[in-house]
Amino acid sequence: MQTFEALLAEHPFFAGLEPQYLQGIAGFASHIHYDSEKYIFHEGEQAAHFYIIHKGKVALETFGAERGMMTIETIEAGEVLGWSWLFPPYRWHFAARVIEPTSAIVLDGAGLRARGEADHTFGYELVKRVAHIMTQRLQATRLQLLDLYSIRGGEGR
Amino acid sequence: MTTEICDPMLPRPYRVLRVRHEIPDTFTLDLAPQDEGDIPSFATGQFNMLYVFGIGEIPISISGDPTRPEPLVHTIRAVGTVSGMMQKLKPADVIGVRGPFGSHWPIEQAEGKDMVIVAGGIGLAPLRSVIYQVLAQRDTYGKVVLIYGARTPEDILYRKECEHWQKQSHLDVSITVDRGTSSWRGSVGLVTKLIPRASFDPSNTIALVCGPEIMMRFSILELEKRGIPAEKIFLSMERNMKCAIGFCGHCQYSGSFVCKDGPVFSYRSVQDLLVKREI
Repeated sequence: MQTFEALLAEHPFFAGLEPQYLQGIAGFASHIHYDSEKYIFHEGEQAAHFYIIHKGKVALETFGAERGMMTIETIEAGEVLGWSWLFPPYRWHFAARVIEPTSAIVLDGAGLRARGEADHTFGYELVKRVAHIMTQRLQATRLQLLDLYSIRGGEGR
Repeated sequence: MTTEICDPMLPRPYRVLRVRHEIPDTFTLDLAPQDEGDIPSFATGQFNMLYVFGIGEIPISISGDPTRPEPLVHTIRAVGTVSGMMQKLKPADVIGVRGPFGSHWPIEQAEGKDMVIVAGGIGLAPLRSVIYQVLAQRDTYGKVVLIYGARTPEDILYRKECEHWQKQSHLDVSITVDRGTSSWRGSVGLVTKLIPRASFDPSNTIALVCGPEIMMRFSILELEKRGIPAEKIFLSMERNMKCAIGFCGHCQYSGSFVCKDGPVFSYRSVQDLLVKREI
């Protein structure tokens, strides 16, 4: 069985991270598996963990009484789930429901924050990587807001 | 019986054989020449001018199988006066057809290579003929990946065919929607998100992209991030095509005419134009 260090090194989020940092992060890691339809977390709960998805598919959801459940985005293998563990008030803004059986490495958020505070080089590297994910999702959200496929241009294609 | 049409501006009457309602506002017409002559052969990515007599004429890509050109197949989205009238056509109705016109997807360049097809919304229609041609000679190509984005699950064009291609035809099909529903078990997110996950060899891949222009620009950025060079990426442009033979100038695109020099262009040839608002 691969070590946490090796599994983390293979994941795109940690690509190129210095081995000593991977070793440190591995100290906060554990394996977890979720079956379909299980909730990893619910909106408003304390955001204590960071999930490195290795297999499966998770839906980020919210709920409105008038519209029911709405999927905002799906998170799949090779991606990471959650950044609310990094920023106060450390509460999940959305729920995460498993669509396909999901295997992940779960990292202790408080431990990662404490290590980042103690070693700012590590902390900066971690925040840069999370910021990169946030940038990608912000750009995607902007394009989704444009509702590209409903644009009524000229006739024909 | 072969009918030759010498004047490219003269529509040839075609009879509607069948109308299929694909998704809300989008339908497919199967057509046959009223004179019972042959249907001109076409290359993938080319388009015809379809004319509703007395109403108007619009350019529509051919979405049928180039290896089986009969009937002539077009998938159309009803967005205006002419396409709205076309949606009301019934079997035995007659419309005018001119074409085929324009450049084609360079799938001959993909022989022995991987192929990535990125489509958004109705943009899957001009690429369906590519998929038919690839499937007819599946062993000629390496990995073939179809990445498709739609607005909602109800807006997925050719949904059953997509499922069939995935299950039976050795195509790697990934679909995502911008807005999920409670019953949708697939991906939710922008089509660009599927590109980093796709399995292909960027150094030996041809990419074909068709959809709204913004979607194409951002998809191409992701394809380039994966390492596909600009000259190996092709896209289908959409402009105000009228004459279809480069005379009227309505579809002028800098030094080119989309109807005659396009609609399929290499990304290398248009990459500077794509970000110019004035063109």
